[in-house]
Amino acid sequence: MRQVMDGDDLTRVTRRIAHEIVERNHGLDATVLLGIPTRGRPFADRLASALSEIEGKAVIAGSLDIGMYRDDIDTRPRTRIGPTDIPEDLDGKTVVLADDVLFTGRTIRAALDALADLGRPAAVQLAVVVDRGHRELPIRADYVGKNIPTSLEEHVSVRFREIDGDDGVWIGKEAAS
Amino acid sequence: MNHLLTTEGLERETLENLLTDADEFAEVLTRPIPKVPALRGKTVATMFFEPSTRTRMSFEKAAKALSADTMSFSPGTSSLSKGESLKDTALTVHAMGVDLMVVRHGATGTPWRLAEWLDIPIVNGGDGAHQHPTQALLDCLTIKQRFGSLDGLEIAIVGDIKHSRVARSDMFAMATLGANVTLVAPPTLLPVDTTRWPAATSTDLDAVMEKMDVVYLLRVQTERGGGSVFPSLPEYTNRYGMTSARFARLKPDAVVMHPGPMNRGVEIGHDVADYERALVLQQVTNGVAARMAVLFALLGGDSDV
Repeated sequence: MRQVMDGDDLTRVTRRIAHEIVERNHGLDATVLLGIPTRGRPFADRLASALSEIEGKAVIAGSLDIGMYRDDIDTRPRTRIGPTDIPEDLDGKTVVLADDVLFTGRTIRAALDALADLGRPAAVQLAVVVDRGHRELPIRADYVGKNIPTSLEEHVSVRFREIDGDDGVWIGKEAAS
Repeated sequence: MNHLLTTEGLERETLENLLTDADEFAEVLTRPIPKVPALRGKTVATMFFEPSTRTRMSFEKAAKALSADTMSFSPGTSSLSKGESLKDTALTVHAMGVDLMVVRHGATGTPWRLAEWLDIPIVNGGDGAHQHPTQALLDCLTIKQRFGSLDGLEIAIVGDIKHSRVARSDMFAMATLGANVTLVAPPTLLPVDTTRWPAATSTDLDAVMEKMDVVYLLRVQTERGGGSVFPSLPEYTNRYGMTSARFARLKPDAVVMHPGPMNRGVEIGHDVADYERALVLQQVTNGVAARMAVLFALLGGDSDV
């Protein structure tokens, strides 16, 4: 595996995206941050703490699991269902979804379906650590940590200390760890 | 897991995964739109050769909340009354395009036979006096929500142990999850040999109830000849009924459970059933979530659960 971002890079990217979120939404008054488990969750938590520093008030992130909304349950083994935890009413809010890697876009498609069942946000935005291309659906990210061109055979691994023990982004030919 | 036929021998990890999923599905059921598309396009058939209201409705609600289609079968209005065999009936329903079958039958082992005949997942919805695994799951889910875990809990299952599939299913699941189970019944309603079961036995509720965290009352099955194995219903209530006087002697955080339908005034006091620490209706609510977890595990393409 080849490392393309280290822990400091990850921190800088998180801070920059936090600033972009505040700038674009003119503050955070009507903004809800939701991480997509598993690794969207620590990303959302870190964005939340960066946002708290910038705005000087507590920002809480929630989780939005997509295990019940996948369209490929017959073609590959599913991962376990993760927690869905919505910190506040979503109606009329701007929801910022956070995930580690944007790839085919199918996870985000499922997340949009899940959101529609939970409320009616005024707008939905997407923040990702890595955009690796190869979209299969008309979906794009609003906030991107790093664009990394990849081949389909490659695997992109974003690691968070909370889950994986260390921080950074790696690319390799090996299968998912 | 290819089928859910019994709780005996189920791995602890499998049970815990099902309970974790069930908790997430319980959250779905509290939403304004209590429905997810997880099993869209799948068809679940409920084949109940014995009467049932809650179990069948609970499975149908679970399937629908997962966006699966449901078909149901009841023997009174079917070709069974024209002499069709069980196997032909099952093959016929299967041929219509069914992805999973829930079976309840008075004969022990029926779900295993269907699992041999058909190449789809089978869920045991109750076979004779043998097993009723989804009941055990919903009971364990209810206890886990109340106490956080089953580890080390003292649980008494009280009543007609001998003829109860609920007792068998619950005992194995609860013991696997770390609870200490005591089966309490009149001598005539205890199986002759329980030495291979992961449970203690007692014939004296008053002697064991004060240390219990959970007292699980079984229904007196009057339709299965309950009256012939003990002297009278009042005698049963006197020795084994959860009267309000007995309830007052339980530990302050102990709870009472019952699989329903209840005979109020027999195994459970008229008023006890309505106490906050009687979890009967939570059990019913959790039944839907637990069955969603089972359907999703069997049809959702996961080999780990």
